[in-house]
Amino acid sequence: MKKVLFILSLLISVSPAQADMLQLKDSLFDNFGLDLAGFIEGRGGVRTQNDDYSDDVSLAEARLQLDLAKDFGWGVFKAKGDLLADGVVDQVTGRMRELHLLFSPLDNMDMKIGRQILTWGTGDLLFINDFFAKDWQAFFIGRDDEYLKAPSNAIKGSVFFELINIDLVYIPVFEGSTHISGERLSYWNGALGRTAGEDYIFDLEERHSTSRDSEYAVRLARNISSMELALYGYNGFWQTPEGMIVPDLKLRYPRLQAYGASLRNPLLGGIGNIETGYYHSSQSDSGRDPLTRNSEYRLLLGFEREIASNFTAGCQYYLEWMMDYDKYEKTLAPGSPAKDEYRSVVTLRLTKLLMNQNLTLSLFTYYSPTDKDCYIRPKVQYKLTDQWRLEGGGNIFIGSDAHTFFGQFEDNTNVYAGVRWSF
Amino acid sequence: MLIPRLFFILTLAALVASPTLAAPPLDEIIRKANNVSYYGGDDGRAEVAMTITDNQGRTRERLFTILRKDIQKDGGNQLYFVYFKRPSDVRKTTFLVHKFIDRDDDRWMYLPSLDLVKRIAASDKRTSFMGSNFFYEDVSGRNLDADHHEMIDENDTYYVIRNTPKDPASVEFASYTVWIDKKNSLPMKAEYKDKTATIYRTMEVLGVETIQGYTTVTKSLISDLGTGGNTIAEFTNIKYNLSLSADLFSERYLRTPPKEARQ
Repeated sequence: MKKVLFILSLLISVSPAQADMLQLKDSLFDNFGLDLAGFIEGRGGVRTQNDDYSDDVSLAEARLQLDLAKDFGWGVFKAKGDLLADGVVDQVTGRMRELHLLFSPLDNMDMKIGRQILTWGTGDLLFINDFFAKDWQAFFIGRDDEYLKAPSNAIKGSVFFELINIDLVYIPVFEGSTHISGERLSYWNGALGRTAGEDYIFDLEERHSTSRDSEYAVRLARNISSMELALYGYNGFWQTPEGMIVPDLKLRYPRLQAYGASLRNPLLGGIGNIETGYYHSSQSDSGRDPLTRNSEYRLLLGFEREIASNFTAGCQYYLEWMMDYDKYEKTLAPGSPAKDEYRSVVTLRLTKLLMNQNLTLSLFTYYSPTDKDCYIRPKVQYKLTDQWRLEGGGNIFIGSDAHTFFGQFEDNTNVYAGVRWSF
Repeated sequence: MLIPRLFFILTLAALVASPTLAAPPLDEIIRKANNVSYYGGDDGRAEVAMTITDNQGRTRERLFTILRKDIQKDGGNQLYFVYFKRPSDVRKTTFLVHKFIDRDDDRWMYLPSLDLVKRIAASDKRTSFMGSNFFYEDVSGRNLDADHHEMIDENDTYYVIRNTPKDPASVEFASYTVWIDKKNSLPMKAEYKDKTATIYRTMEVLGVETIQGYTTVTKSLISDLGTGGNTIAEFTNIKYNLSLSADLFSERYLRTPPKEARQ
């Protein structure tokens, strides 16, 4: 905690030297053609109730992000990294978010090689065909939305034809999403049959082999007039550890193959989208392995439109349909709470911009009628100047059961605030 | 009765035929003003610096490059690409508009930090463009068929035209009056009135240059008299007829902005 305060005070004492920073930017650009940008940020958050397994402080950190780019003419090199002083785990860490080269070997082809953020699909904070790494922990504790997307070490090739565009992503070594492990956030531990936190963090089965643990993702996209159509394929792993190895009680990322499609089009003065996917969980033994998540079918319907000036509303319906449910029920350990065959979630997003769009009030709500739980994300953001931004928000979890997806995080309900200086 | 009517028709024909005696038809004035404002060349590029000043004198800055390509003749459908350079929090964000005359535009925004292509509902074109006092319509033009037009005055310098919306519920103004320069056909000034006939918003052209033979606005000011804020837009490095490919206005370049936008 002291480290964070020290670093934050150091950063703040540096930051008023705005003119110096802008001068540095200019001189880097003039002398080396380097384009520099970034921000300095302080963020803190607390739980609004006691959690038996985690600290009251949910977030206490200072962060410096530097974003460097150089255009060589034939390609663009980019390096973006964060230096984070994290008071909750009392660590200072550096992490690259992007480190890649982007170039076009052919007129109709782009290659992006290296560490990068990858996103595709049509969902709003719901993902069906986007199997790229996420950081749910960052999302739930109130870091900036940027951090929901975790970087991947990948090669992305895109080819553009008259009829169709093809994106291919190869991730040599699977890394997976940052899941809720018990560190920082308490969760439902099925093996113990209770909520757990720092007191019980499972070991993870390692996936380090370049030959066996690679991921492949493909997207075929085509626009017909205003309609965007896409087909998706994926061969890799569940992004969160959806399986367990029994004798040593290690969590495992089971193998996964998926196929999907999406469509996005203007609809009733707004934008409508539909996305679907089939997840083939090949290690679940057609549902006979109770310790591996079954195959499932997923569906998403969404609609967003401006309902008044500077006021946008969006809603989504999302369904997970478990395959081989009868086998799941039969093999479920006695006494364990059973999941439903159908899990549905509806979301509502409201965004209001005020004061020349400098003040943003937003609310994103997930509600599951089947799990009877919900997750509410209110947020207020104010741009004091082009450089200074203030932000406050909450992550509110409500559930009637301790084992449902959002309900398990009830005691992690938190509020946070942050200040950022961008340059 | 035949003779006076014939006389009337002949006089009318003479008026129309003689440019020194009569103004061109209203539609033509308006069409020409629209073309000069938004359709110079087959395509174009400009760097835009917007300075937004609020009622307390605090300023904010928007710096971006804008690319445009006409895919139909003057007055028709267009493609727009915007690449943001400043402020830092929107740096490298890109924005793509496929503008249609007969239906809602298609709009996309790309957020580089999330690698996210977001599609934006474009039903309301009279909302602020990036927090400035410019509306989307001020940037890419307003459909001429959306208003009734009427010449309310004419002097040596200007045609003064009042425009009233055909669908008053779709816009915030009750009417707006435009002063179109007779020499260069540019709308040099506009005043927007609300239901109580109070002027609450004005546009003024502060700089005009001829670039590659095209009359071009290089500086304009929009003032919001209600809030006391205003935005000045200055256009530099303007070029026309760059032979921009329509492919530049696609998802590929939204994700990887072309040189034409980054420079």
